[in-house]
Amino acid sequence: MSMAATEAKAPAEQVAKTKGYWSGVLKRFSRDPVAVTCAVIVLLLILAAIFAPYLGLNDPYKASMIKRLKPIGFPGFPLGTDEQGRDMLARLLYGGRLTLFVGLMPVVFAFGIGSTLGLIAGYAGGWVNTIIMRTVDVFFAFPSVLLAIAISGALGAGIVNSIVSLTIVFIPPIARVAESATSSVRALDYIDAARASGGNALTIIRVHVLGNVLGPIFVYATSLTSVCMILAAGLSFLGIGVRPPEPEWGLMLNTLRTAIYVNPWVAALPGLMIFITSLCLNLLSDGLRSAMNVKD
Amino acid sequence: MFTYLVRRLIYVLPVAIGVSMFCFLLVHIAPGDPLTAIMPVDATAEEQAAMRSAYGLDKPMPVQYAIWIGKAATGDLGKSIATGRPVAGEVFLAVKNSLLLAFAASLIAFPIGLFLGFLAGYFRDTIFDRMITAVAITGVSVPNYWLGIVLVIVFSVQLGWLPSMGAGPGGSGEWSWDLEHIRYLVLPAVTLAVVPIGIVARTVRALVGDIFSMDFVQALFAKGLYPIDVLRHVIRNAAPTALSVMGLQLGYLLGGSILIETVFNWPGSGFLLSNAIFQRDLPLLQGTILVLALFFVTMNLIVDVLQAAIDPRIKRS
Repeated sequence: MSMAATEAKAPAEQVAKTKGYWSGVLKRFSRDPVAVTCAVIVLLLILAAIFAPYLGLNDPYKASMIKRLKPIGFPGFPLGTDEQGRDMLARLLYGGRLTLFVGLMPVVFAFGIGSTLGLIAGYAGGWVNTIIMRTVDVFFAFPSVLLAIAISGALGAGIVNSIVSLTIVFIPPIARVAESATSSVRALDYIDAARASGGNALTIIRVHVLGNVLGPIFVYATSLTSVCMILAAGLSFLGIGVRPPEPEWGLMLNTLRTAIYVNPWVAALPGLMIFITSLCLNLLSDGLRSAMNVKD
Repeated sequence: MFTYLVRRLIYVLPVAIGVSMFCFLLVHIAPGDPLTAIMPVDATAEEQAAMRSAYGLDKPMPVQYAIWIGKAATGDLGKSIATGRPVAGEVFLAVKNSLLLAFAASLIAFPIGLFLGFLAGYFRDTIFDRMITAVAITGVSVPNYWLGIVLVIVFSVQLGWLPSMGAGPGGSGEWSWDLEHIRYLVLPAVTLAVVPIGIVARTVRALVGDIFSMDFVQALFAKGLYPIDVLRHVIRNAAPTALSVMGLQLGYLLGGSILIETVFNWPGSGFLLSNAIFQRDLPLLQGTILVLALFFVTMNLIVDVLQAAIDPRIKRS
């Protein structure tokens, strides 16, 4: 998902120019069994979430007082039922919709905003850099969990508020990486040469800087997706994210907490989904990092 | 060293001011009137205006900020809307409990993380390394609030060995160092330790691996040093970075324990924060976040200064 977003961002001509590089990346990536497996799992989760209505599942909202908290393998409910008698399998797959959306979109937005800010700060230098980067420093004074909860707590529950607060959380780290990548490229001779031959700032950034900094920033952004997923579900778990009765893994984990004495393993399922997704996202990012030859 | 210290202190000041501004603005980005939570629905316009001026909300924003920060500097963080008690006192008690939890988690996490990371770095690209790397990546990927629930299911519900919530018998908030209280600490501390184990192990692995591949290590071996003496050199080189990662993790543990405190009903700052959010107790929210963030800033400062003190390379740069 975020992959498509970056490719849309990179100018078309650049992708064509660096085709040799990208086919090399693809080749190295496809030889990494762990990364490929994780990519398949994440893709399946996304597809299952998108096409959930066509999979012949039970209604994820239909409650039943007599079928509450049935165990895994109960006839008609392969993964049991939740505290309101709703089908767990359906809710877990439908739950992927909001969980993945709220878990991944902030990184996409933060990637766009953070890299723009970092590029401007790194390229312009001087007081522009000082203003942007000192503001970013203030946000670094908060552990990310605390910052997310503080903003979400003040704004109140809701999908949009969660995305806004998590985007704010992830802009500073991305901006910092973008700034340091840009200023190191900015100091190279060929940029001076481009300026001397009369290129304006926008053209130089687009043609000479972007291609060199976007890769590392992108890989760094993918490494944040796992944390973002965990945080997004965590906000819902706290009750300041997605609102009930929507199926969302963090929220489901929260409402099922009371059921750990009745049917513990069904209660643990939504968390398992968060865990699997975040593990795959982490491994996927590691695979991408080595395939793209990006160093820390 | 002294100039470094002064420079670092000067650098902290604007950050601290920025943090306080953010905490102040937090109340103002909150939708709705901060007064709605405390005023009865049928309050007259005059009553509302009286309350507004009592809380200083009728003044312009910069003036409000100046008053707030002036009071905060003397330790007065205002009064909780929900309980009417001073925020500073509540935050102090809660932070004490959170610190206890964070220290306990660090005591578990740091030795394990250091040991695993060192082992993986020393035996790089062996089966050892791969196993430890797998453990580390699992550690950083696990949603710890879920892990907490799973540990409760196993050790409290199924086995009945450890209590599932609270910080002591009878739900008392008072901590004391006896076996009964420590039993309450085990599950939340272990849960909280998992992420830093992964992070410390990953950092130390990369660090030790890099140092071992440096020329000076080969030179030491060539000089005929015993491996144990070479190890001393490696540790000296790895120590500053490892220390700084651990210091930051301690700060993260304090600010990041909110979810774990909710899972275990641990009476710490996170627990206070979630109460503040649900009761829309904005002064409490503001005060708690300010204290936690300033603690984190201080932690960063201490880590940097310590790092400079033990690493001569930093002072020179």
